[in-house]
Parts: sequence; structure tokens; C-alpha cells
Amino acid sequence: MRKEYLHIEKIEGPLIFLKGIKEAKYGEVVEITIDQEHRLGKIIKIDQDMVIAQVFEGTSGMSMRNAKIRFTGEPMQIKLSEEILGRMFNGIGDPIDGGGPLYSGVDFPIQSRPINPVARSYPRNCIITGITAIDLLSTLIRGQKLPIFSGNGLPHKELIAQIVRQAQITSEDEEELVICFAAIGVTKDEGAYFREEFEVSGTMNHVVMFVNYADDPVTERLSAPKCALTAAEYLAFEKNRHVLVIMTDMTNYCEALREIAAVNEEVPSRKGYPGYLYSDLASIYERAGTLTSRKGSITLLPILTMPNDDITHPIPDLTGYITEGQIVLSRELGNRGINPPIDVLSSLSRLMKDSIGEGFTRVDHPDLMNQLFSSFSKVQDIRSLAQIIGEADLSEMDQKYMAYGRFFEEQFMNQKSYEARTIEESLELGWKALSILPEELLDRLDPETIEKYHRR
Amino acid sequence: MNKGSITYINGPVVRGTHMEAFQMREMVYVGKRKLIAEVIGLEGSTGTVQVYEDTEGIGIQEEIVGLGAPLSLQLGPGLIGNILDGIGRPLKKINEVHADFIPEGAGLISLDMEKSWMVDLQVKSGDMVLSGQIFGLIEESSLIQHRIMVPHGVGGIVQFVAENGPYKPDEVLVRIADKKGAVHELKMVQTWPVRKPRPIQKRLKTIKPLITGQRVFDTFFPIAKGGTACIPGGFGTGKTMTQHQLAKWSDADLVIYIGCGERGNEMTSVLEEFPKLIDPKSGKAIMERTILIANTSNMPVAAREASIYTGITIAEYYRDMGYHVAVMADSTSRWAEALREISGRLEEMPAEEGYPAYLPYRLAEFYERAGYVETVQNGEGSITIIGAISPAGGDFSEPVTESTMRYINAFLALDRKLAYARHYPAVNWLSSYSGYLNVLEDWYGEHVGADFMQIRTDLMKLLQEESELLDIVQLVGEDVLPDSQRLVLEIARIVKTGILQQNAFHREDAFVPLLKQYAMIQVVWHLYVQAKRCIDNGIPFSETQNHELFDRVAKMKYTVPNDHLEALEALTTDIEAYYEKIMEKYRQVI
Repeated sequence: MRKEYLHIEKIEGPLIFLKGIKEAKYGEVVEITIDQEHRLGKIIKIDQDMVIAQVFEGTSGMSMRNAKIRFTGEPMQIKLSEEILGRMFNGIGDPIDGGGPLYSGVDFPIQSRPINPVARSYPRNCIITGITAIDLLSTLIRGQKLPIFSGNGLPHKELIAQIVRQAQITSEDEEELVICFAAIGVTKDEGAYFREEFEVSGTMNHVVMFVNYADDPVTERLSAPKCALTAAEYLAFEKNRHVLVIMTDMTNYCEALREIAAVNEEVPSRKGYPGYLYSDLASIYERAGTLTSRKGSITLLPILTMPNDDITHPIPDLTGYITEGQIVLSRELGNRGINPPIDVLSSLSRLMKDSIGEGFTRVDHPDLMNQLFSSFSKVQDIRSLAQIIGEADLSEMDQKYMAYGRFFEEQFMNQKSYEARTIEESLELGWKALSILPEELLDRLDPETIEKYHRR
Repeated sequence: MNKGSITYINGPVVRGTHMEAFQMREMVYVGKRKLIAEVIGLEGSTGTVQVYEDTEGIGIQEEIVGLGAPLSLQLGPGLIGNILDGIGRPLKKINEVHADFIPEGAGLISLDMEKSWMVDLQVKSGDMVLSGQIFGLIEESSLIQHRIMVPHGVGGIVQFVAENGPYKPDEVLVRIADKKGAVHELKMVQTWPVRKPRPIQKRLKTIKPLITGQRVFDTFFPIAKGGTACIPGGFGTGKTMTQHQLAKWSDADLVIYIGCGERGNEMTSVLEEFPKLIDPKSGKAIMERTILIANTSNMPVAAREASIYTGITIAEYYRDMGYHVAVMADSTSRWAEALREISGRLEEMPAEEGYPAYLPYRLAEFYERAGYVETVQNGEGSITIIGAISPAGGDFSEPVTESTMRYINAFLALDRKLAYARHYPAVNWLSSYSGYLNVLEDWYGEHVGADFMQIRTDLMKLLQEESELLDIVQLVGEDVLPDSQRLVLEIARIVKTGILQQNAFHREDAFVPLLKQYAMIQVVWHLYVQAKRCIDNGIPFSETQNHELFDRVAKMKYTVPNDHLEALEALTTDIEAYYEKIMEKYRQVI
């Protein structure tokens, strides 16, 4: 029988401070009982006989004396089985869809150990999303972590819903993707939007949701992505499924981390975020991947809104250093009605170079991609010139580039929310865009490729 | 053995009482699971340690056990081709015992003690041996001969020598008696504390370049053997890609690649790719001369701080054998952030952006371990350090970049704009610099070409002029410029696409020998001089700028094979013939 403590020394924000503790482990879960209500907490610091714990459900209603605190000696765990698919849980893994508790299942700690780099296999198979700008120019690879850098009011929600609807894995075993969805600090409307989207499109039975609403306690924002990843690891590495993990919005996660660090009086680094923000984010993002010894995979698509659309803000900045590329949404394209408004020049998929072309997509894909990029970056220069001297005064060649730029954005990139393009359709559109330019300007393509694929 | 008791736990920082007898920097075991840690502070009876493994589950009043020695590495055969974690534990071995995920408390494992090595002993009974002297040889890999050295501080008369043959690392090979008569047993392994530089005889001048096969480095911003360089760049600018290229192709005897706080898949890609890649010099797989240190971003942060020292200590060990070692640290910013994180948990007073005030000193300590040296036993060896920096927000005025710039000699700035335009390697030629141009001038003059440095300087001037012209073009367009300036733009375009850009995936272009680099810049300069002469004579630009000729020069990196440089001579002849022809035509008109 473990001891119960009846006295709290101090309560501050989501943290409780307990004194006179003789036995406690770092990271262990404490159970707090207030009258009939149960809450969970986690020890985040031990100093002599003072223990600091963060309370997941928040500290409101707690007093110095009305709570009983029991130390469990165990790390934070959630119960998992294949029954979780189609279900919805809160940020600490309790069901909130009215479907009752999970009866069977095994407990898994939500903080996992780092994957040994030796045990990883390099991700090599792509996931086709049916979205040209992604499939052709920033291809998503199974086992990759590819964030979407968005801004407030940009249609990342719709983009995610479209990816979930259309994503397919390319391989002989025509398996279906499983989605682990972590909603972190989202509004009730957003939560309802995603749920409805999944139900309407019939994908809900492949989706497990961990939802922390905007008005739920901030401490649960920290555990929601970890729960989703633990579920993903279970499905991928125990049950051999291919899992796509979606997290929205990681900015809320980082802010929760900052809030707790501030209450804990930690030394802040950039913009008040704690110095360990990088390692903390890495401990989440690096859980994506594929292993040589197991069949499944975890692909991670975190979404974050860049405060003030600033890509150098610590959250997108540190994320970009950890993840394998990024997809950046642009407000300017959004305003011009281009959908999805992906800024292709600053978007990048680091893993695609080994997973496109012959044997993966089509042999002309890599060269075509390079040519599309290099010609489109040229368009940017010509546009800034056109702003000064006017489009009419541009040379004939530059006018052609302008036409290419327009086709690129309005036809090639632009597509409807319910339009899924095959990789062939996307490639054809790319060649069609290049046909606007004179052939001698296609300097990234070799003559054989031009001969075989170029639409004159 | 000294023992303390845990009173405080905050992430990787743990404190204990009854620790009066512990030493600073002593290695300790923490808790029931024996996590590896290092003492970083002592005050009264309280000691502070940083733990190299995840501390979750450690309880108060568990033990802290002192091991009596500072954090040290076992140095010996078996390091080449291996992948080690931040404190030198082989990750493959850990994976054999604990599949897929790295557990806490895996213990202090190190070199494989069961493996036998063929030893060829170089001393006989009665010989006098000194510290650092090589007394045995082992073929560690097909490229590296392991030279077993007498440990530092040990020397004397050989009393016993084992027969040549296979031995395990902990078997005695030689026994010596020193002046006082004390007997020392010499094995093929020795230990060395990672934070202490290994002694040398003296530093020598850096006079040779580290040849990388990358034009932007070798031709424009060379790095000297024994020198220091840094590669700063925001995310997506290709730091890791550039570091990989250097690790693959540079002409060092041995490459130590420290993946410090970076992506797990990057290490995996090295592990998959390097054994298949063939070194152009030796014809052997480059893994045969590579050692990897991996502390990926999700591995414990304190071990990240140690990983840099682990890497450089191994580098010094091989340098002492007489090898030229290149150390790639990717990225030193993650290491600095690890310092910051621990400093924050220690509640130290922060300096700029939360980094501790001793950051510049720690950086200097690291980069100063590079150098071209005379080893203790009068051999020559070198360590070149190339550190990547990931500046926050891509802004080079942040503390890590600023402090590093004071201690390095070659600054290779990666530029986000170039990367967005898919210009790789995205080294910005205007903001980068190399402090080795002067010291290497003689070497280039002697080994490559007498006018090499002159052409390089001329091309740099041209690029500088181009950047000024581009400001004008932005406003009024290219057409209004005089012909001589339009020519500068055209030639600069060739320099950018044909020389500075290099395709890491192209058979001919991934690695380019110095002689081809020299021939290429000669061709471009020749083209400029010839075309300039025509324009100065009033020949119109449309005629001077022959598309076909310019295109051939721009694509010579692909079309001319690395071992058929005579094709470049033919190109020079064609250039000459063409301009002679139009000069002739216009002479008649005038």
C-alpha cells in the first residue's frame, strides 16, 4: 500500500508543489483525488523533499487540503488495442466519444525511447496524396516527418482533410493507411470539422483521434501528441500498419511548454521559450520512421501556424531543423485564390531524391521537377522587373516566362479540394507548363528526356 | 568507491549529498539502473551531475556511485567503420542486445573485447621505448593500418614481447620496465579522458590544402589540412548535404563524422550509402576510413555535449599515428544548445540569447584542437575541423555563429536564396571567405598551375562586378547595359552554373580533380578574354555571345569526363578559332 499525501504546499497555474516527500521518481505519475473526482499529474522536478508535479486536468477546484495525492511509481501510460481505430480520446487517452472505455488492451508508456539509428531503415516509398504541388515537387515519403507551415486563416485544415481523403501508399500490398490524429488546443469548431470530414468521406474507421480543445487544460496539450505517437508506434511496430500521424497545431504545444516553464521559473531563451524546446520537439518528431526489423511505418505531418507568418520564429525555425523538409503555405497565393496555396520555392522534401523516378514514380520525374523549379525561380526575378518597367515592356523571352508562371500557378498547382490527380496526370501538367517555354531554355533536361516526354 | 544520495532531479541535471570526495568531471553511475553521468559542480557536500541518459524513473535517495576517473574513451582497433553514441558506445552492439530502441542503463560498453586482431609487433626485448612510440601494427580496415602506441606517460626497457599473431584487445602484448623499475603491461587499447587534448611535439604551419573535389571549396574557398572551417546555414540550405559531400570526397586519411543533435534518418543514410561508395583515390569503400558519432536530436542532451569531445579525441588518437584526419561536426549549434539547456537547468546567469557566458571559450577549446602537428614521436599528422552551424532563423548575427567566426579561418556561408533557386552547394561567394588563400598559394602554384590563384582572383572580381550590375538590372532590365557589362553578366552566369554549381548525384560532377577544376576556370577565363577583345573592338554583343559556344562551356562539367581533359583543350581551340574568325570578318569591314 503506497502512501497518500494530504497536504499541498503551493499551487501555481497547472503545477502543484508537495513537501516532505520521502520517495518519488522523476517522471512518475501521481493520482490526485478531490472528493469523488480523479486527476492525473506527472512529476517534473524533485528538489530535496519538494516535488513539483504538473496536473493534466488542471488545478481549478483544488485547495491546499481537499486533495489526496498518491504516488503510483509508474510513468504515464495509455491502454491500447486495435479497438482504438474509429475512436476519439482526450489528451491523456480517456475516451470522449461516448463509446465507453477500452476493455482490453496493453498499457504503453507515452514517453518512448529513442530509435537506434542503426535500427532505422532509410524511408524510400512515397505516399501519393493526389495533390500535384506535393506529389511532384515535395513528395511525401513513408516514414518521413514533413511539417506544414501555415498561418492563421490559411486553409491548412482543408489541405489536411484532402490529404487524409486521398492519401495512398504505393506498393504491392494494397494496404490502407491508418491515421493517428492529434488535435492540440484546437477550437471546438475545428475539432468538429475534422470529425465530420472523416465521417463523410468514410475514413473514420481508419482514424484514431486524440483531441485537446482550446479550453482544455494546457498540460494535456503536452501529452496529446505523445498519446497519438504511442498509438502510432503500437499500430506500426506491433501491428505492422502504415500510419500517418497528423498533429495540429504544434504552435499550441510549444506555447503550453512555455507556459509551464514560466510557472516553473526556468531560464528562458528565445522569445521566452525554454532552452530545451529543440530537444523536446525532437523527442516528438524523431518518433517517425521505419525500422529494418518491422513492417509498419510512421509518417508524421505536423501542422503549425507561424506567428505573424514569420518563418524565422523559434517554432517553425526549430521545427525546420528537425524535420525532413517543410511545406510552406503562402498568404499571397491564398489571397489570389490558388488552392492549395503552397509556396513551392520554400517548400522542400529532403527524402524525395531517393524515392522518385524510375521504379518509384516515373523516370522523368526528377529532371522535370528540377526544370520546373529552376524555370519558376526565374519567373520570380522577371516579376519583380515587370513591377518596375511594366509587363508590356518586357522582352519576348521574359513574356514567355510570365505566361509560364501564370500557367504554373493557375493550372498546374491550382486544384479543387475534391480533385485527386494521379502521378501521371500531374507529370503531364508539368510538361504542359514547360511547353510554354522555348526548348533551348530547358537547361536541366537532357535531350533524350525532352525527345520522349516534351509536349511541343 | 565514493557514494552519494540523490536529492534533486530536473531533466538531465541531478544533485546528491555526501559527495565531498567526488572529483570534478568524474564519471559516476546514477540510480538503480546505473545511468552514466559526469560531475559538473561541487558545493559543500552537494554535487551536481549531468546524466547522459534519460532520467525518467530515477528516484530520490537512490545512489550516485563514483567511478574514480573522468569521462574517458577506450581507444583501440575496431573504431573504423563503427557508429558510436555521444559517449563512445557502439550503437550496433547496443542494437544487438536491445533491438530497435536505445534503453537506459545499457552500461559502459565500448570496443569489442572478443574480437581478435592480427598483431605485427615492431619491438624486441631490450629495446628502449618512449611515450607515443609505435610498437605494433594491425590492419584495422583495408585503408587504415592501426599503429599501436605506447600510452602517454609510460616508457622504459622492453622485457617481454608476445609472438606476432592474433590477440584480443585485453591481452598483454609487451611488458616494459621504467626507470624506477615499475613494470607496465602494454595492450592494443588505451584510455584517454575526452576533455583533455592529447599531447603533441609542436604545431607546424598549414601549407597543404584539404582537397575536397568540390569546386566552390578547392578553387574559391580552400580549406587547409589542419585548418578550421565553419558552414553556417539556415534549415534547407544543404548543410548536411555539403558535410556529407566533404566526408565522402575529401582526401583525408580518415573522416570522423559527428552527427550532433541531427536527424536519425541522416545517420541511417550515411550507414546505408557509405559502404557502397568508392573512394576515388584508393578504390575502396569509404566506410573503410569513416567513424560515425551519432547523437540524434532525440537522444539525451548531455551526451550531445560530450559527442563533440568524443569525436575529437578519436581524431587525435589517429592523428598521433600519423594520419590526416578530417572531423565534420554537424551541427555545433546543437552542441551549443545542449550547453545552454544544461546551463539553464543549473540556473546559471545567461548571457546572450540564454547561452552561457562561457560559450565562446568552449568553442575555442574545440576548434583549437585542430592543427597540423609534429606528433610526440616526430611523425606528421593533422586534424581539420569543419563545423556546421544552424543559426536560429538563418541569422548569422546570433551568438554561436558570431563566436565561431572568431576562431575559424574559412567561413563558408550557405544562402537560403540560392538554395531556393536550387543552386547547390548553396555557398554564397560574396559573403564567404577563406583565410588560407595566402598560405596555400605556393602549393597551388607548384602542384596545379602557376596562374591558378590569379584566375581565381579575376573570376571573384567578375562575380563582385556582376552583383553590382544586378542591382541596376533589377531596376532597368538587362538590355540597356553596355555590351562590355552584358558580357560580364553572361560570363558570371557561366561561372555560377558551370563552376560554382556542382551536382552531387552526377557521375562526373560529384568529385572533380583539381587539374580539371584548373582547366575549367582557364577555359572560362579564356572565353571572357577573347569575347572581351571583340567587344572592345566594337563587335556587337549578339555576334560575340555565341549561344552554342557559351552553352558548351557551361556544360563542360558534365560533358568532359574527369580523365579526358584534352576535350577542354579542344574547347579552348574552338573558342580561339571562333573569335579569330569574327575578328577577321570585322577587320575587313573596318
